[in-house]
Amino acid sequence: MRVPLSWLRELVPGLTSASAEISAALIRAGLEVEQVHAFGHDISGVVVGRVLEIEELTGHKKPIRFCRVDVGDQVRDVVCGATNFEVGALVPFALPGASLPGGFQIATRQTYGRTSDGMICSEAELGLGDSSAGILVLPDDSPLGADVVGLLQLAEEVLDIAITPDRGYTLSIRGVAREAATAFGLALSDPGLAVVEPATGGHEVRLLDPGCDRYVAATVSGAQPAATSPLWLRRRLLLAGMRPISLAVDVTNHVMLELGQPLHAFDLGALQGPVAVRRAQPGERLTTLDGQDRALDPDDLVITDDRGPVALAGVMGGAATEISTATTRILIESAHFDPSSITRAARRHKLPSEASKRYERGVDPGLGPVAAARAVAMLIQLGGATAGPVTDVDLRAPAPAIRFPLDRPGRVAGRSFAPDVVRQRLLDVGCQLEGDDPVLVTPPSWRPDLRGPADLVEEVIRLEGYDTVPVLLPKAPAGRGLTEEQRLRRTASRSLAATGLVEVVTPPFVADGVIEALGLGEHKPPRVLNPLSEQESLLRPSLLPGLLVALQRNVGRGLADVAIFETGSVFRGLGEPVPAVPKTSQRPSDEELAGLDAALPAQPRHAALALCGRRGNHPAEAADAVEVLLSLASALGVELTVGRGDDAPWHPGRCARLLLSDVVIGTAGELHPRVVSALDLPPRTVVGQIDLDALVAAAPGPVPAPVVSPYPPSSVDVALVVAEEVLSADVQRSLRAGAGDLLEQIRLFDVFSGPQVGEGSKSLAYNLRFRAPDRTLTDGEVLAARDAAVARAAAEHGAALRG
Amino acid sequence: MSAPDYDPKQVSLLDAAQLDAARQQGEAAFAAAADLDQLAAARTAHLGGSAHVNLANREIGVLPPAAKGDAGRRVNELRAALEQAHQQRKVQLEDERDARVLVEERVDVSLPPGAVLQGARHPLTTIQERIADVFVAMGWEVAEGPEVEHEWFNFDALNMPADHPAREMQDTLWVAPAGSQVVLRTQTSPVQIRSLLARGLPCYVVAPGRVFRNDALDATHSPVFGQVEGLCVDEGITMAHLRGTLEAYAAAMFGSRLASRLRPSYFPFTEPSAELDIQCFACLGSGAACRVCSSEGWIEIGGCGMVNPAVLVACGVDPERYSGFAFGMGLDRTLMFRHGITDIRDLYEGDQRFTLAFGMEA
Repeated sequence: MRVPLSWLRELVPGLTSASAEISAALIRAGLEVEQVHAFGHDISGVVVGRVLEIEELTGHKKPIRFCRVDVGDQVRDVVCGATNFEVGALVPFALPGASLPGGFQIATRQTYGRTSDGMICSEAELGLGDSSAGILVLPDDSPLGADVVGLLQLAEEVLDIAITPDRGYTLSIRGVAREAATAFGLALSDPGLAVVEPATGGHEVRLLDPGCDRYVAATVSGAQPAATSPLWLRRRLLLAGMRPISLAVDVTNHVMLELGQPLHAFDLGALQGPVAVRRAQPGERLTTLDGQDRALDPDDLVITDDRGPVALAGVMGGAATEISTATTRILIESAHFDPSSITRAARRHKLPSEASKRYERGVDPGLGPVAAARAVAMLIQLGGATAGPVTDVDLRAPAPAIRFPLDRPGRVAGRSFAPDVVRQRLLDVGCQLEGDDPVLVTPPSWRPDLRGPADLVEEVIRLEGYDTVPVLLPKAPAGRGLTEEQRLRRTASRSLAATGLVEVVTPPFVADGVIEALGLGEHKPPRVLNPLSEQESLLRPSLLPGLLVALQRNVGRGLADVAIFETGSVFRGLGEPVPAVPKTSQRPSDEELAGLDAALPAQPRHAALALCGRRGNHPAEAADAVEVLLSLASALGVELTVGRGDDAPWHPGRCARLLLSDVVIGTAGELHPRVVSALDLPPRTVVGQIDLDALVAAAPGPVPAPVVSPYPPSSVDVALVVAEEVLSADVQRSLRAGAGDLLEQIRLFDVFSGPQVGEGSKSLAYNLRFRAPDRTLTDGEVLAARDAAVARAAAEHGAALRG
Repeated sequence: MSAPDYDPKQVSLLDAAQLDAARQQGEAAFAAAADLDQLAAARTAHLGGSAHVNLANREIGVLPPAAKGDAGRRVNELRAALEQAHQQRKVQLEDERDARVLVEERVDVSLPPGAVLQGARHPLTTIQERIADVFVAMGWEVAEGPEVEHEWFNFDALNMPADHPAREMQDTLWVAPAGSQVVLRTQTSPVQIRSLLARGLPCYVVAPGRVFRNDALDATHSPVFGQVEGLCVDEGITMAHLRGTLEAYAAAMFGSRLASRLRPSYFPFTEPSAELDIQCFACLGSGAACRVCSSEGWIEIGGCGMVNPAVLVACGVDPERYSGFAFGMGLDRTLMFRHGITDIRDLYEGDQRFTLAFGMEA
């Protein structure tokens, strides 16, 4: 909402404060003044002049006039390219040395063979519009030599206020003026409360749908189609951010800006029969003012005449009944529509307008007759019209009063307010009060947002100032700290970073092509209905797509060695919508809540990593990703087993599955070469991912302390030959199982393949460290345990003890 | 004076001149030792079993008792003198050796050994932990909710029925198909609802998380951003408690030198509602030609207010008995202030260099 200060001061006559103070006061009251625009402060040296002589200069491409202009104390010569003025006209004359908007300086200059000693100004040159035909001819009563800036009130400041959805009434000068008057303790001259003569027998109006509970139809006749809006009117509209169009439209817009009541002007001659308000019928169409032929929805609220819809109520008028250059009889609609109906229609037809913006936020249903009368008066005054009969159909239910204990604002604010203060603040808002305490409060018709005591509480506290509320810390009961899951997730994050990975946070939107390339389609990623980008409309079913984008970006920026991780939710599948969303008048049942949750996709938290280039002193390889995830698991106290995998999008020979018991909860390895080439990734890119929720859930809780034996260890090395495809992790698991409880530690220290071990085989050398908790082991015990370990590996993997 | 009753030849080694000579020879030998090996050889020669001092010691036995004391004392003096000379030289030689050898063993201690790889955590992660810790220290708990959320939690229960213009304040991303009732949560406020439904009363929870809006990515906007929600519902909670809690939060996050203010605003789920402004960290509120706050002197970091009774009712909480406050703060903005980040895209592009600067705890 743009509020010219001069307009505001008209409604709050005592308001003399500077714009900065007014802004601060409005901000304190909850109107967010985002900016103060200054206009015309850069104009100087422009005075009223009278044209004494005009000499037409010929021989030029366009008409050029050489004029003598009386500027009060002297007569000046000037060259002018406009022709829309006669001898005797009063014009704005910029003297040499004058400044015009945009830093334009006027000086005496030679042009068209004459000396031009100033400039006759157009509206555009004075900052009064975008373009103008000819120069600005001033009214005959303008005083000769007077300063034009003061005369036309060119210096103006405009407050730009962001309006929250609850304060529809401040989408008007009237509403802002009420807040300003209250903030400064000044009297408000509210044009919305003007007394209007009762309506009598006008154009017939039928309200056929509860979506409209008030409709005023005022008529005028004899309007002069050629009448144009005066300068002050056009100026105001421009300052308020609207474009002047024609007198009738400008008048309706002026009334809307001042009072907040959207008006619509119909060509009364084009209407046939009574005006009615109803929902559109299936198949009905309407050509709106913008020339678009629209199919109407049965939910659209429309204005009709005998032939069908003539306007989309509260959103846009129809072309067939538009005011034309021949219109002399006008019907002014000043109505109140149901906010939700207008919201839906404006959204459906993608027609947000100044009118719909106000209706959505709630228009004062008490304004109808006042606004219509104001428009009629302006059309009479400015357009030579004659007032016709007025219809006022008022089906409003009486506003319910709110029982309000006067100590309530104090109980919410944590301080006390004197009962008189509370009453005065409610009166400032415009409420009517009855009774003592609790008081019966009837909110004013322009505040549909005031529905209950909580709303009144806010009014009192905000007008007294939030800065008067004391500062106090609540005494929370003893908390339990972070949950085990929350602690473990922090540990997971630190563990991943501690293994030399850098955390990234990526957006969760993925392109279809990437899902396909990575083979993630089976996870059924949900799709965004109105995505930011049509290309990336799926929600990530895995963290890998985002990580790979980040990896590519790093590589693209010249970082060859990338090691990144991310943790976060992934999204898979989607449930069934519930047939009826629970009401909010009570707590939903457990079944209803379960139904809501069942409509959502599965959203497990994952952790994932991506590597390329070098990792420490070697090129990143599949085992690095496996190691990271194993060390993550061990940081959480969880032991995972490693198995071979052949899952998309991994290289089938370089893919490991990480199992918890026998459930796969993670996968790691090198990306499939075809994925690498399809996504244009660095060769041998390595990725891994794990279900962090599953990992955290498997954490063992309080760990039983180990018995640390003080007896000496016995260490034995074994070298085993196994087939090439056997996983070392499996051999190690067998050795551990076979060795029994005496085995304290097992470590793989050499892997070897070559002619000595035979084709298709490899040698794995392990160090086994044995120790007993209660004695020094004998050689015999150690050898027996070693033999049992080897025997187990031999039985399970065909391992043979090497030489 | 009678002649001695022993053979003086048998005790010539105890002769004062001989003892003195042995001391001088020993001291000279120790001083002449060029290294610790020579010193050890000299020790064997002058303090070993067949050294003068020990041979002389043996001769004391043949002396008459009256002479033994004096002889013993002189031998012991010799031994002490030699031990001292040896020790002195030994310390000298060890110092020389250490000075030489330890210098020879000097290495470049700044060379990276290559085994430990440097990782880092994202500031959006660490700020969430930091904020959680501030509230946990006040006795609050950390609550969570899903990022893809049912509209009942994201809107309806928060006093935003369908067609409410407040739904238009947030450009919502909906999940297909139309009518799924599922949204990418536009705020962390649905966690308020889930907490009240699941935890019972009193309820003091803080919920950091990611939220989503249909906003194009630019220097100051991101379609994905972080928020932290706070909710306190208990008996006797007032707006004063809201102010107190927010001031504690602001002091913990921005230091106590920056003032904060509450400005009336509107959210459907709070009544009264306010925006929390913090004094601009760049111009300290002076507002003088400041690009950070557009010379307003204040920076908006979140919304808050007293929980709307309609929200309590939707969660089965009696608004006559209980009251509460709630707030939602932007994490990205908070980070931008704390660390002087000028382009929000840096947070979401995944450039390693950006995160690395923040280390493990930002």
